[in-house]
Amino acid sequence: MTGYLADVSALTRKDFRLELRAKDTLPAMLLFVLSALVVFHFALPQGTGDDAAFGLLWIAIVFTALLGLSRAWAPESEAGALDGLVLAPCDRSAIWLAKTLATLGFLAVAELVALPAFALLYAPLDGAAIAGVLLASFGISAVGSLLSAMAAASRGREVILPLLLLPLSIPLVVGGVGAGISPESGKYLLFLGLYDAIFAILSWASFEYVVTE
Amino acid sequence: MVFFVAPEDADQGISQKIFYFHVPIALTAYTCFGLGAWKALRLLWLGGERRDVESYTAIHQGTIFGALTLITGAIWAKASWGVWWSWGSNQLVLFLVLFLFYCAYFMLRFSVEEGPRRERISAVYALFGVALIPVSFFAIRLASDFIHPTVFNKAGPQMTGTMFAAFLVAWGAILLLAYVMYRVEIVGKRTDAHLRDLREALS
Repeated sequence: MTGYLADVSALTRKDFRLELRAKDTLPAMLLFVLSALVVFHFALPQGTGDDAAFGLLWIAIVFTALLGLSRAWAPESEAGALDGLVLAPCDRSAIWLAKTLATLGFLAVAELVALPAFALLYAPLDGAAIAGVLLASFGISAVGSLLSAMAAASRGREVILPLLLLPLSIPLVVGGVGAGISPESGKYLLFLGLYDAIFAILSWASFEYVVTE
Repeated sequence: MVFFVAPEDADQGISQKIFYFHVPIALTAYTCFGLGAWKALRLLWLGGERRDVESYTAIHQGTIFGALTLITGAIWAKASWGVWWSWGSNQLVLFLVLFLFYCAYFMLRFSVEEGPRRERISAVYALFGVALIPVSFFAIRLASDFIHPTVFNKAGPQMTGTMFAAFLVAWGAILLLAYVMYRVEIVGKRTDAHLRDLREALS
């Protein structure tokens, strides 16, 4: 078990170190989420309530995650590193877990900028809304890193990932928006937790089949 | 039987007859998706190209019946509520989500090179589909709480015996149709594969 965790942490640290050196995903995500929030101001007619703005925040989060995920496996596929990882004597699901944690890390940094910006520009957020964002971020990173590995095996790559991920992200958006605007937010947070558990287990168990030749 | 035996609905009259097509088609689509996922699970477990073709064919049929569900649902909605589309109908929204999901299945499948890896990727995606059905169902239930505070209640009058019998016959007929189409498509695909093998052997 310690070996498994060591593998996961080594792979996650590798992703963060690559990002710190190359800086090709995170700045793009930050700039994208800020630009999206500014565009939303002009997309919303005047006098639209805060609830509508909150819904658009979710669109921004989902698309920022997509932006990060579309490059998630790029370092691995460029130099054939994924084949090396698959051949390495570690559990293959460790590769998925490490990529999920790295994606979650990037997304969390983007949200660390996006949520205060949203609160400043539109409306303040309460604790339940932030908990919803955290739970949904985990779900979207877990499902997204698996689907992104699928998309990396296809010819479509960046084109095909949104098609795969958007239908699966609908329950997350429902849970996240509900947690933010509904008075009984606990129900929605529970639902998000359930989604995370179901799809994390499914991705964890099936990742091996996606990457092996 | 649907038109001659089953009594007409007191509220909706003749337009209620589409119930005998819409609901069996929807249930058949679920059956096809379930079968596709079951074959996908068997594929991951045991391997074998045969199961890949079966899983793909089942999902193909499921998508066709899913599209038919959306069309018949829209016609029924027009006839009884006066609009072509209603976000209040949870089942229809669920079918829209599933339809999008399974359309992406075909996009994925046709952009991955043929081979064992494509079989496994398709199978994993098909398994995600059956997990998505109940999760989306709950999500749409939850969403209708904040999108439509008043729940759209469509629980019409209870079915009488003859109505239920007509419904079962209609469901059986549609399931049989789906099964026949499934077999025909599989036989066609196998013939194609044989033909390709023969051509390769000859050239």
